[in-house]
Amino acid sequence: MHIVVCVKQVPDTKIIKINPKTNTLDRRSAPAILNPYDAHAVQEAVKIREKTGGTISVLSMGPPQATAVIKKSIEIGADRGYLITDRAFAGADTLATSYALSKALERIGKELPVDIVICGKHAIDGDTGQVGPGIARRLDIPPITNVIEVVEVNQQEQTVLMKRKLANGYELIQTEIPCLMTVEKEINEIEYSPMPNMIKAARYEPIIWAVSDLENVDRTQLGLKGSPTIVGKMFTPPRPEGGKKLEGTTDEQVNQLMDILLENKDLFTLQSSN
Amino acid sequence: MNLDDYRGVWVFIEQNNQKIEDVSLELLGAGRKLADKLNVPLAGFLLGDEIKPLANQVIAYGADEVYVIDHPVLKHYRTESFMKGVMLLAQKYMPEIILYGATPNGKDLASAVATDLVTGLTADTTMLDVDVDSRLLEASRPAFGGNIMATILCKKHRPQMATVRPKVMKALEPDSSRHGKIIEEKITLNEEDMRTKVLQIVNDVTKKTNLADAHVIVCGGKGMGDYQNFQLIHDFAETIGASVGGTRDVVEAGWLPHEQQVGQTGETVTPKIYFAIGISGAIQHVVGMKNSELIIAINKDPNAPIFDVATYGIVGDALEIVPVLIEQFKRLKNEKGGEITYA
Amino acid sequence: MPEKFDVIVVGAGPAGTACALTCARAGLDVLLIERGEYPGSKNVMGGVLYRKQMEDLIPEFWKEAPLERPVIEQRFWVMDKESVASFGYKGLEWGVEPYNNFTVLRAKFDQWFAGKAVEAGALLINETVVTECLVENGKVIGVRTDRPNGEVLADVVVLADGVNSLLSKQLGFHKEFRPDEVALTVMEVINLSKDKINERFNLEDNQGCTIEIFGDSTKGNLGTAFLYTNKDSLNIGVGTTLSSMIKAKLKPYELLDYLKNHPMVKPLLAGGESAEYLAHLIPEGGYHSVPRVAGNGVVVVGDAAQLVNAIHREGSNMAMHSGLLAGESIIEAKNRGNFSESTLNIYRDKLHDSFIIKDLEKYKDAAHTFESYPQYFKEYLPMMNQAMSTFFTVDGTPKREKQKQIIKSVTAEKGRLRVLQDIYRAWKAVK
Ligand SMILES: Cc1cc2nc3c(=O)[nH]c(=O)nc-3n(C[C@H](O)[C@H](O)[C@H](O)COP(=O)(O)OP(=O)(O)OC[C@H]3O[C@@H](n4cnc5c(N)ncnc54)[C@H](O)[C@@H]3O)c2cc1C
Ligand SMILES: Cc1cc2nc3c(=O)[nH]c(=O)nc-3n(C[C@H](O)[C@H](O)[C@H](O)COP(=O)(O)OP(=O)(O)OC[C@H]3O[C@@H](n4cnc5c(N)ncnc54)[C@H](O)[C@@H]3O)c2cc1C
Ligand SMILES: Nc1ncnc2c1ncn2[C@@H]1O[C@H](COP(=O)(O)O)[C@@H](O)[C@H]1O
Repeated sequence: MHIVVCVKQVPDTKIIKINPKTNTLDRRSAPAILNPYDAHAVQEAVKIREKTGGTISVLSMGPPQATAVIKKSIEIGADRGYLITDRAFAGADTLATSYALSKALERIGKELPVDIVICGKHAIDGDTGQVGPGIARRLDIPPITNVIEVVEVNQQEQTVLMKRKLANGYELIQTEIPCLMTVEKEINEIEYSPMPNMIKAARYEPIIWAVSDLENVDRTQLGLKGSPTIVGKMFTPPRPEGGKKLEGTTDEQVNQLMDILLENKDLFTLQSSN
Repeated sequence: MNLDDYRGVWVFIEQNNQKIEDVSLELLGAGRKLADKLNVPLAGFLLGDEIKPLANQVIAYGADEVYVIDHPVLKHYRTESFMKGVMLLAQKYMPEIILYGATPNGKDLASAVATDLVTGLTADTTMLDVDVDSRLLEASRPAFGGNIMATILCKKHRPQMATVRPKVMKALEPDSSRHGKIIEEKITLNEEDMRTKVLQIVNDVTKKTNLADAHVIVCGGKGMGDYQNFQLIHDFAETIGASVGGTRDVVEAGWLPHEQQVGQTGETVTPKIYFAIGISGAIQHVVGMKNSELIIAINKDPNAPIFDVATYGIVGDALEIVPVLIEQFKRLKNEKGGEITYA
Repeated sequence: MPEKFDVIVVGAGPAGTACALTCARAGLDVLLIERGEYPGSKNVMGGVLYRKQMEDLIPEFWKEAPLERPVIEQRFWVMDKESVASFGYKGLEWGVEPYNNFTVLRAKFDQWFAGKAVEAGALLINETVVTECLVENGKVIGVRTDRPNGEVLADVVVLADGVNSLLSKQLGFHKEFRPDEVALTVMEVINLSKDKINERFNLEDNQGCTIEIFGDSTKGNLGTAFLYTNKDSLNIGVGTTLSSMIKAKLKPYELLDYLKNHPMVKPLLAGGESAEYLAHLIPEGGYHSVPRVAGNGVVVVGDAAQLVNAIHREGSNMAMHSGLLAGESIIEAKNRGNFSESTLNIYRDKLHDSFIIKDLEKYKDAAHTFESYPQYFKEYLPMMNQAMSTFFTVDGTPKREKQKQIIKSVTAEKGRLRVLQDIYRAWKAVK
C-alpha cells in the first residue's frame, strides 16, 4: 500500500497580522506551520499503514522553507517526502495547484504506484478545500471529501470503506482503490511522536523537484499563468453602524431592555400557560 | 473561448430526500439580483431521482428557468455521477455564472466541475456582486482567517463559479404565481460504472447543535471571566428558553463544546434575538452572527467592536447585569404564570 | 535499541547551543534537545547580548543575526520616589563595528543561533522534555525523554537546562536554591513605535539604550530593574532576591506594575502596548553557588551551573563561553576516547582559567550597594566616562585586569589623587 499525503505550509492564522495600510498579510508576524488538517491526514495514513503495511510519502508544493512541513510529517510517521518548488509554481490558485501536484503525483507513481492520496479538508490560509477534488479529477480517481472515519481498507478487494460527514450526520461510502480522500480534524487525534521519528525527521532531507524534474508539464497551466482566478481587491470588512447604547444605571438599563424586548411582540412574547 | 457565448446566471439546487436545502433558496435570492443587473435569465438546475416536482418551488423562489436531470443513479449525491450531469448542462447551455452552496456536497461538486471545465472557482463567498460593464462576477470572501476580505475575479474563463456560505444571502418570499420554463435533460448513467457506492446515510441529530435553528441565542464570551461565572449564561438561557453559544476563546478554554461555537470556524447563526455577553466582537465572531435580527450586547468596554453590530448595547459588568435580567424574567414568568415563546 | 550519539545537549539556550555548535563543527554526532516549541520560545532575558563571547563562536555575527539594536548608551539610574540620579555612558564608537553589545529578543535570537548549530550538523529536536539522565555504574550514559521510545544514548550528556536544572539536581550536583541565592525577575515586552523610542531615549536610527535602575524600583529591596530598547518594543523588568520578596510580602507583578507607573518611568512607556509577560529566576549566588560542573559522562553549562554575574547582568555571555569550553573539552575527551570525570574536568579547569570564574570570584561578596552612592556618582559623572566605557565594554578581559588599567590611566594624571580615591571608592560599591 502506497499512501501519498499532500501537505501544505501555512501561516498560523491565529497569530496573523494584517498591515492596515496595504491590506496585505504581514508574513513576518505569522510563523509557518503544517496545515492542521494535513497533520491529521498524515496521522490517518500512519493508522492505515499500521494495518496494511506499506509506505507513506508526503508531497508539498511551496517555497524552499516548506521542507519544514515535510520534516514535521516525518515526525508524525511518514516515510519520505517530496517538495516541488520552482518560480514557475508561484501565484498558483487551486486549479494550478492541483495541476502541479497531480504532475508530481504522476512522477511519484512511476517510482511506486499510488493507492491512496489523502489531503486535508482545507488549508487554513486559503480555506477553499478545492485542491483535493481537483487532484482527484486530474488523476481520474474518485474523490471522497470530508472523511471522518476510515472503516476498512480491503487490499484484496481493492476497496476502502469510510464515513463522510454531512450537514446532518454522515454517509457510509465504499470506493475503489486508487482513490483520494480529504479528511476532517475529528478523524483522529494527533499522537505524540516517538523519539525515533523525531531523530529521523531531524536528519531527513526531503527530495526536491523543480518543474524540469516533472514530465509532460504544460507550463501554461502552472502558477499565475495557469490560474483563472485573480484577487481583485482586498478590503477590511465594512464596519456596520452601531445601534443604540442604553443609558443610566444598571437597573435602568435592564428595565429599558426589558421594555424593548417585551414591546416588540414579534420577537418575544410572554404567554400565560393557561 | 469566446466569453460572449456564455450567458445566464445559474444556481445549483441541492436537495436531500426531495427537500431543497435552504442555501439553494438563498442563492436564488442572490442570483436574482445578479441576473437582473446583467439582464439575463436566472436558472436553477436540479439533479436527483424523482425530483421533477421540486422545479416549481425553484421558480417560486425566483428562477426563470429550471434544468432538471432525473435519474435513479442520481439518488444519492456522488461526485462522479453529479459532475457528469453538471458538465453536460454547462457545456450545452453555457451559463456565465454558476453558484453553489458551500455545503459539503456543493463544495465537492463545484471543485470537481471547475477542474474539468478549466475555470475559476471562488470558495466560501460571503458577498456577491457583478460589474455590469465587464460582466465580471465579484465574489468576496474572508481571507487569511477572516482578518480581511478579498474580492476574487475570473476574467478569462467561463463560467465564473463560486460557492457561497449558507445563511449569508437572503431568500426571496416564495411566489407560487410566478411562471418559468422547465427543461428536462436526459443522461446515460450506469450503476455498474460507478466506482463509489453510498451504502448508508445516517442522520445523526445528536451531534448537531440546535444553534442553527434557534430563535434566541445567549452567547457568552471570555469576558465572563471563568467557567463558574459562565454558568450565568446557561442560567439566563434556561430562564428565557434560549440556546447557548460561545466564542472560540470560550470553547478553547473548555467552557463549552466546539459544537456551540459561533463564528467563522463555528456555526453561522441567524436567530431573532442574539445576546452577546462579554464578547469583544472580533470579526471572526461577528461574521457568524451579524445577520441576527436583534442583537443585544453587554460589555463593560464602551469601545468594544461588538457595539458596532449591536442593535442595543449595555455598557456594564455582565456579572451584575445578567443576574438582574434573570431575576426580572423569572419575576415576569411568575407574575404571568407563563412561558416565554417566540413568534 | 536506542540510538547512540557522541553528545546529547539538553536545552537549546545560549549555553547548550554554543556547546552543540562547537562539537558539531568538530564532526561529532550531536543531538540537541529543547523542550520549547522552538529554541527561545520560552526563554527570558532582559535582553543584552554581549559581543565578545558570541563573536568567538560566530565571527561578525552581527551581519546576519536577528539583533534588535546595538547599545550605544548605558544609563544607570538611582531612583527615588520623585527623582532620579542618572549617570551613564554614551559612545558612538559602540554604534559601529565591532560594537560592544546589543539588545536582542531571545525568541528570535535563540532560534537563529540554534539554526547555526544545525547548519554545522547538530540534530535539533524541539517540543521534547528530557525527564532524566540514564545512569549506569555511576556513569551518565544517555537521557530519557517524555516521548514514546524516548531513550537516547551518548558518550557525554551536556546539561544546559537553565537555572532550575532539574537534571543536575537529579544527579546531586545542584542543591535546591536558598531563597537568597536566586532572584525572581518579571518582565514585560511593550510594543512601541520606533519613532517614539528614538525620540524618548534620544536615539537615532537603530541605536539602542539600556537603563539599569536601582533604588525605588524595587521599593527599597535588594534587587534591580531594567529598561532596554528593542527595534520597536521595550523590555522592562524588575527582580529582587526571593528572600526579600518573601520578607516584604511582595508579589512580583505588583512590583512590575509599581515600576511601570513610577513617574520617572511612565512617560517613557506611554502609549505602548503590552505584548508579553514573562517571569524567570536568575541564579545570583555567584561564586559560592557554582556546583560541580563535571562528572562521569556529564558536564553542566550556563545557568544550570549558576554562571551568572548578577551585578553586571551578564549571563548569556557566560553561558555561551561555558558552552564553548565544554565543547572543546568534550572534543578532547573524544580524542582520548575517555569520558570519565577526570577527563571531563578539563572543562572545570578551563572554566576556572576563564573570565567567568574570575569575575564570579571577584564579586563573591557582592551586594547591591549602588543605592548608597547617588550624590557621589552625580558629582564625578564626567570623570567617570572613560572608566565606564572601559569597564562596561565586555571583551573577555577579566574585570580585575581592567580595573588595573583604569587605575593606571587615572593615576597618570597627577594632582587628581582625590578623584582617584573617589573612583576607587566607586569600585568598592560593586565589590
Ligand atoms: C482563523 C480564526 C478563526 C476564528 N474563528 C472564530 C470563531 O469561529 N468564533 C469566534 O468567536 N472567534 C473566532 N476567532 C477568534 C476571534 O478572533 C476572537 O479572538 C474571539 O472571538 C474573542 O472571544 P471573546 O470575545 O470571548 O474574548 P475577548 O476578545 O477576550 O473579549 C472579552 C470581552 O469581554 C469584555 N468583558 C470583560 N469582562 C466583562 C464583564 N465583567 N462584563 C462585561 N464584559 C466584560 C471585555 O471588555 C472584552 O470586550 C477566530 C480567530 C481566527 C484567527
Ligand atoms: C529577567 C532576566 C534578565 C536577564 N538579562 C540578561 C542580560 O541582559 N544579558 C545577559 O547576558 N544575561 C541576562 N540574563 C541571564 C541570561 O538569560 C541567562 O544567563 C542565559 O539565558 C543562560 O543561558 P542557558 O543556555 O544556560 O539557559 P537558558 O537560556 O535558560 O536555556 C535553557 C534551555 O533549556 C531548555 N530546557 C530546560 N529544561 C529542559 C529539559 N528538561 N529538557 C529539554 N530542554 C530543557 C529550556 O527550554 C531552555 O531553552 C537575564 C536573565 C533574566 C531572567
Ligand atoms: N501547496 C500545496 N502543497 C501540498 N498540498 C496542498 C497544497 N495546497 C493544498 N494542498 C492540499 O489540499 C488541501 C486543501 O487545500 P485548499 O484547497 O487550499 O484548502 C490541503 O489540506 C492539502 O492537503
